[in-house]
Amino acid sequence: MIEVKNISKRYGEFSAVTNVTFSAKKGDIVGFLGPNGAGKTSTIRMLATYTPPSAGTAIVAGYDVIAQPDEVRKRIGYLPENPPLYPEMTVKEYLKFVGQIKGVRSSELNSKVESTMKRCFIDDVAGKLCSTLSRGYRQRVGIAQAIIHDPDVIILDEPTSGLDPKQIIEIRRLIKSLGDNHTVILSTHILPEVSMVCNKVVIIHRGSVVLEKPLAELVKERSLEETFIGAVSSEGAVQAELVAAPESESGANAS
Amino acid sequence: MRNIVAIAKRELLSLFVSPVAYFVLGGFVIIGAFFFFLILAAYNSYVVQAAQMPWAGSQIPSLNQFVVEQYFSTMLVVLVFLIPILTMRTIAEERRLGTFELLITSPVSILELVVGKFLGVGTLITAMVLLASIFPLSLPLILDLEIAPLISGIGGVILFALGLASVGIAASSYTENQIVAAASSMVILLLLYVIQAPAEQGTNEFVSTLFRSLSPQAQVIDLLKGVLSLKSVFYFFSLITLGIFLSVRSLESFRYR
Repeated sequence: MIEVKNISKRYGEFSAVTNVTFSAKKGDIVGFLGPNGAGKTSTIRMLATYTPPSAGTAIVAGYDVIAQPDEVRKRIGYLPENPPLYPEMTVKEYLKFVGQIKGVRSSELNSKVESTMKRCFIDDVAGKLCSTLSRGYRQRVGIAQAIIHDPDVIILDEPTSGLDPKQIIEIRRLIKSLGDNHTVILSTHILPEVSMVCNKVVIIHRGSVVLEKPLAELVKERSLEETFIGAVSSEGAVQAELVAAPESESGANAS
Repeated sequence: MRNIVAIAKRELLSLFVSPVAYFVLGGFVIIGAFFFFLILAAYNSYVVQAAQMPWAGSQIPSLNQFVVEQYFSTMLVVLVFLIPILTMRTIAEERRLGTFELLITSPVSILELVVGKFLGVGTLITAMVLLASIFPLSLPLILDLEIAPLISGIGGVILFALGLASVGIAASSYTENQIVAAASSMVILLLLYVIQAPAEQGTNEFVSTLFRSLSPQAQVIDLLKGVLSLKSVFYFFSLITLGIFLSVRSLESFRYR
């Protein structure tokens, strides 16, 4: 479903992402982990065809993001860091509009809007203006917007940031249910989220992937926290090499 | 096509949810009513004067010339100031809200996006001009007036307004800030408006031809007079195309950043 090979993103002199490589198959929920400023959003924006990579290739939902971005766009749902809501539209109007531009058939549009609202637990605010929604609802409308056209790949950029514990649990449950028939990429810097929701972990640090492993395999060796701290400590790249080896204790202590 | 309609409809909806559309639309019609009354009163006193001096009778301008033409050319100035207010938010606001990220990662081409925006704002602007045309349109009911030049005048004002709107949308696509978008398009439109004066005076043949072919004001005059000039129609279609082209170029640069 997703094949990312050596993609890089440069903004002038500054290199935000260098040679990132990872992959995900259908049904995977990939936790895309990294400290703030590691290049998560830059990578995700390239996968979502918002900006093209400066180098490398990325195949998303079977199509190349550079050569056939429009084919990719038909098959992805994307929630940016800030939910892209129109304050002056009601939730229902907004989802209808998004359904239209994402290519949902007119005959199915109404039923899709209804079922998506139910699925994301936002049917009780259907008639409310987006500007009056609380942070938790905004985030859920953002997710609804990303799944309304039943995309193959769902890309979520920090979907639980700024939510209260109850909302976080609801959203995690929702994301987990998405994994049944979609591929999900979930960027976050909250570790428990990954261990609860994802089945695969990709850790990025200073623009490079320092670790890519199935979660089950990873937590067999040691906890996700230790692995993460080890991978992103000052000698991140080196530490990542050592993750498999037992003497990487020093990395965990460096916190 | 479906995308264009969806975007145009959304644009209209958000225009009518904000108070701006009502203010501009209402303001335009009220200003129109005010000027129309003034011009009509001036025509009336002119006719009365002329009746007292029958030897000058042959020189009384027609109702079309005196009222309709003057009314429409006054409204053009009002449009120069009001249209940037309607277009300033079109694209700048999408970029500020982050909804631009949604649009650009959807299977919608940038041309569809810009054309949708243009049609959305264009519908409101057309409605606005038609509403303000009610005053001259009511004249033939009570007075002797030629209809054809009146219709071509209304068409001219609509083309003029749509041309200005495409410039406004282009300005809005280059910034995230609505005020910058409004100010820059207002300056550009005013410049295009004032170059009509040197074009008329024509001290220098080359300069006046150049200015005349650039100024929307100079181009619309024929249509207001009732001369169905293809050159003018072509000019406004070119202006609209240019505005849309510049917006597309500006937004496409996102895809290469």
